[in-house]
Amino acid sequence: MDLSDTPEEEEFRARLREWLAKTLPGLPAEPSPDDWPGRRSYDLGWQRRLHDAGYADVHWDASPAIRLVFLEETEKAGAPYVGASFVGLLHAGPTIAAEGTDEQRARWLPPILRGEEVWCQGFSEPDAGSDLAALRTRAWRDGDDYVVTGSKIWTSHAEVADWCELLVRTDPDAPRHRGITWLAMPMDAPGITVRPLRTLAGSAEFAEVFLDEVRVPAENRVGDENDGWRVTMVTLSFERGTAFAGEVVACRRVLGELAVEARGNGRWDDPALRRRLGRLNAEFRALWRLTQWNVSAAQASGGVPGVGGSVFKLRYSHARQELYDAAAEVLGAGCLDLDRPWMLDRLSSLSYTIAAGTSQIQHSIIAERILGLPKGR
Amino acid sequence: MRFRLTDDQRALRDGTRRLLARRFGGEALRRAVESPGRLDRALWRALGEAGFFALRLPEAEGGVGLGLPEAVLVFEEAGRALLPGPLIATHLAAGAVPGAATGETVVSAVDGGLVEWPAQADVVRGDAAGAVPMRSLDPLTPLHRVPGGAAADPDPAAVLLTAAEQLGTAARVCELAVQHARAREQFGRPVGAFQAVAHLCAGMLVRSETARAAVYAAAVTADPVDIAAARLLADEAAVRGARDCLQVHGGMGFTWESEVHLHLKRAWVRTQRAGGITESEEALAAALVAGTA
Repeated sequence: MDLSDTPEEEEFRARLREWLAKTLPGLPAEPSPDDWPGRRSYDLGWQRRLHDAGYADVHWDASPAIRLVFLEETEKAGAPYVGASFVGLLHAGPTIAAEGTDEQRARWLPPILRGEEVWCQGFSEPDAGSDLAALRTRAWRDGDDYVVTGSKIWTSHAEVADWCELLVRTDPDAPRHRGITWLAMPMDAPGITVRPLRTLAGSAEFAEVFLDEVRVPAENRVGDENDGWRVTMVTLSFERGTAFAGEVVACRRVLGELAVEARGNGRWDDPALRRRLGRLNAEFRALWRLTQWNVSAAQASGGVPGVGGSVFKLRYSHARQELYDAAAEVLGAGCLDLDRPWMLDRLSSLSYTIAAGTSQIQHSIIAERILGLPKGR
Repeated sequence: MRFRLTDDQRALRDGTRRLLARRFGGEALRRAVESPGRLDRALWRALGEAGFFALRLPEAEGGVGLGLPEAVLVFEEAGRALLPGPLIATHLAAGAVPGAATGETVVSAVDGGLVEWPAQADVVRGDAAGAVPMRSLDPLTPLHRVPGGAAADPDPAAVLLTAAEQLGTAARVCELAVQHARAREQFGRPVGAFQAVAHLCAGMLVRSETARAAVYAAAVTADPVDIAAARLLADEAAVRGARDCLQVHGGMGFTWESEVHLHLKRAWVRTQRAGGITESEEALAAALVAGTA
């Protein structure tokens, strides 16, 4: 067991730190959260800078351990998040790389890496959430096109995306998982309506996407018709245990800020609060170690993520909510003021136990796939 | 970063597990419960021969010359097996108390106003004056109370090895719960097919695997704050895991005959060691202010 950097990791870390120190002061001002075109150009500009400096494919070709160094250092330096590039870099891109034709790779991958095109994800539907395979958006073949009708929900960046990785049902008579197809849908096609979805935090982080006889060229299909479920699952665990690595670094910083705030407003004198923060310190230290453990397992198995992903996701999403609840205790009545630090993050943290597999689904995954308990409903 | 067991570490863990299964399997455990207060000196010497106590002693001093990570793996196995005796105190006495390293001498120590196995130990370190026996909660851990025995700053190695034992318990009770949930049928199917039961088991695994990362990392860094964190996570994983294991076992879990209560009781004993949970929480809070979080 070794927690220190290998020579390769050490060199990568030093070079990245130097580049971040040089680059971050020259970044434009961060756009307001409601300014979607501004966010698009800010996020793509960051990806462009990464590309020009040779870091564009850190999510794809680098080893899991190098990727962890990247996430740790960019977060510590306060660099921008992946933002609008998320789906392209972390799901649609890897899917195309793994399952696409040479032509498809040449068409779609370079613009993702260069920060030129934004992808969004059209998977979930109003009646297909945790049970994704229940999706009902239909696609019929008509000549060289598929004609798609249905609706998608929880689509981030839909307003500013160029492409949507879309799951559609092409064979309603086949068993649920065998009638699904993966399509790359151009977001400027006629028949697409995007309606922003306001979250309980007051912002429009997601959208509903309505599809009314949208024509998608058949050459935009990745993988075979009706093989879309497998195509999607190939890369669903692509992040290899590092999905929340940067966030854990950020949570540990927040915890330090909470201690400073509590010392300043006198609440630190309350031993119950101190012990609560102390316990959270243990929690986030452990989550960082668990990340390192999972990444090392992925590294050893040639990039295949271990079963640790669900364990981490379950624990982290809960810990994040606990962190911001503790922040509320530190602020006292100030916790009702959304202009106080952390209080909007407290609201967004409520999605963590729901998005990307609810905690209940994660428990079932662990019970069935790791512990080998019988499948239940 | 290569944060995983090396081949040698895996071999050490597997070898220890085999040794303990042979020398302290289910039958031996049962016998030990039925004859409380008896420490198996032959087993103790066998542990000594296997290097259990001399593990971290330099080879020049007749030890095995390994480090905290290896010790953590070995004590995790001891925790899994419910191995009785003042194992950590004797391990920590190797090199300082003659015969401790080889298992000839059984060493206990005063810790937090308590001393484990005082009557069976050849040497008790610390001030045990006026120690009085108490009716120990754990049938496999005789205890004396030591008046005025306020804890000195605990040895971080003792805290960490206790956490390793707790980790062993956490992993073991998860296995026991899963075994039972797969075998026991009610309403015509294994109880583990019910989500309410399955999710209890999943929660046990989440806690034990998170604790594992914390305990192993603390063994590598030997940092007292990492060790305090490992301790909190491992205590929680062991105690809550044992309770949930008991719950999954239903009425059988409430019987003396079942092994489950032994895990819970030992886990409770360990939470009282090495300064207690409050101290660990305060140490972690202090680290936030010191900026070393």
